Amino acid sequence: MASQRTDISKINEKSPYTEITPGNQIYGGGGSREFKTGEWRTQTPVMNWEKCAQCLLCAPFCPDSCIPVEDGKRQDFDYDHCKGCGICAKVCSFNAITMKEGI
Amino acid sequence: MSIRERMSGNEAVAFGIKQVNPDVMPAFPITPSTEIPQMVSTFIANGEIDTEFIPVESEHSSMSATIGASAAGARALTATSSCGLAFMWEELYIAASDRLPLVLCLVNRALTGPININCDHSDSMGARDSGWLQVYAENNQEAYDNFLMAYRVTEHKDVKLPMMVCQDGFITSHAVENINLLETETVRKFVGNYEPENYLLNSDMPMAIGPYANSPFYMETKMNQRLAMKNAKKVILDVCNEFAEISGRHYGFFEEYQLSDADYALVMIGSAAGTTKDAIDNLREAGIKAGLLKIRVFRPFPDEEIAAALKHVKVVAIMDRSEGFSATGGPIGAEVKAALYDAGADVIAVNYFYGIGGRDYTVEDAEAIYQELIEIGNGTKKPEQFKYIGLRK
Amino acid sequence: MKKHIEIRWHGRGGQGAKTAALLLADVAFNTGMYVQGFPEYGPERMGAPITAYNRIGDTPIRAHSNIYTPDYVVVVDETLLHTVDVTNGLKEDGAIIINTDKPKEEILPLLNGYKGGVHTIDARRISIEALGKYFPNSPMLAAIVKVANIMKEDEFLSQMEASYQHKFAKKPEVIEGNMKALKMAFSEVQ
Repeated sequence: MASQRTDISKINEKSPYTEITPGNQIYGGGGSREFKTGEWRTQTPVMNWEKCAQCLLCAPFCPDSCIPVEDGKRQDFDYDHCKGCGICAKVCSFNAITMKEGI
Repeated sequence: MSIRERMSGNEAVAFGIKQVNPDVMPAFPITPSTEIPQMVSTFIANGEIDTEFIPVESEHSSMSATIGASAAGARALTATSSCGLAFMWEELYIAASDRLPLVLCLVNRALTGPININCDHSDSMGARDSGWLQVYAENNQEAYDNFLMAYRVTEHKDVKLPMMVCQDGFITSHAVENINLLETETVRKFVGNYEPENYLLNSDMPMAIGPYANSPFYMETKMNQRLAMKNAKKVILDVCNEFAEISGRHYGFFEEYQLSDADYALVMIGSAAGTTKDAIDNLREAGIKAGLLKIRVFRPFPDEEIAAALKHVKVVAIMDRSEGFSATGGPIGAEVKAALYDAGADVIAVNYFYGIGGRDYTVEDAEAIYQELIEIGNGTKKPEQFKYIGLRK
Repeated sequence: MKKHIEIRWHGRGGQGAKTAALLLADVAFNTGMYVQGFPEYGPERMGAPITAYNRIGDTPIRAHSNIYTPDYVVVVDETLLHTVDVTNGLKEDGAIIINTDKPKEEILPLLNGYKGGVHTIDARRISIEALGKYFPNSPMLAAIVKVANIMKEDEFLSQMEASYQHKFAKKPEVIEGNMKALKMAFSEVQ
């Protein structure tokens, strides 16, 4: 279906005006996945799995949905999109998350 | 079959809306356009059309809701005047840059400062750089016809730009005159169904509209808007030709009245053109070669075409119904002069202001302007720029 | 030179001078003419002087200005004679129609020496007699149609009856009174 429309993944800052969609319309859903905001990070959350109680409090607090939950258990961070805000570390009641300097 | 009727300009546009039966009309009332949403909401209440009417709390909201509806995939429109348009300013640019084919029925009224309810073109002329198509009417018939043609232009794949369909506040909006209406069936067939390729409510093909476009993208976006504006020229003429087939009424970028052999010409927009035509008939009887170029389409601006039509004229007065306080004149004056310059036309051009804030413009005023042009032409009078017609001195 | 009859109405906000101008446009339209009916807009206040205009003729009407040299003037409220220069620009071969119960001799001194036709009609009495209420519209409309010879009485009355039947579809009881007012005015205008 989407193939009938302009493939917006091919549009970038080098694209000539002729290749940009009318009104900059973005075709296809979930385009933000392609946008790796993880590059903005200056601090990185690191898990101590031994302390983690899988209470799952961190996941809904993450403003960027970077804590995936599968089968009732949180998985490791989505570092492609985590901006390192540190909220998860603050809300963790078990001190299972520490913020390390750098990416 | 055309239907002989008599209606005011507002009634004519409202009737056109009823015939087109658009999907969504958000609106907020303001004189002198109030009757349009009022009449449309009556048609809806009577079950004559199924347009979704959204009463909103301001014009900022009416244009926002019209944009939202259009982005969602609806054929949408609103109506306003004067300060209502000013309050939409921010949204006007969004509608254009998002390339939404919506329509605004504008009833021209002076912008406040000082407050005034009568006609001039300061509202729409102020919005001339917003990226909207702008079409103007001389009378109720043209207001109706222009509305019927609007969606055919805005929704065309090569255009996708919003359009202001303008008429003169009170002078045409509230004057009852004869009009020839088309059968509703003919109108619906002409306008057709709106089937957008991409729209927000299409769950099979998700999309986003109006993304952030900083310096790497903004300029490219503007170039695409410029191209769409240029494309609109051909589309407008094509639609005019098709409309002539169903109505017998021929339109173009502008109307030439007694212009082909004219020595002295006026260029103007809107209802005053009719008054000027009466003056021209009087002058022609006296052997004076007077003519008129009445601009119908101001955006896209038909620069080359206007210059070609005026090239042979000795002296032209370009008449603006809005003050811009520019050292190069009003919007029509500056653009027509630039068009003449670019075409290398050897025409003496003066730019006058008339009808500001509803100041009446009469046949006698028009005749006096032509007399001045004759004097300028034979060298007995020096051209005077930016004169106010009818100013008390 | 003018191909169209030009009429100027003087009234007060709320008296229906604008409505009368639009009704006149309606009846003339129904007999196949080209018409224009429009008010001059200002602050709309009950009782404030208002002006409305008609152009009527056999050819399309293009002029979109107010009317300064009318063929006819209709004064819906005689008290305006003291405050508004109602004969301003009125053509000498035209006429003025005034709603008043006074004899012409009393009215003439208020018309700034106007030399053309002067017609009076007591629209108040006619309206109250025919309708039981003061609506000067219908009598004034009949008066201008007769004085300006816009159409024959029979044609006018049948047009108006059709128009009232449409307009007062939900109030048929007022049609008879309005028709009576028109007929009285047509015969009484002087």
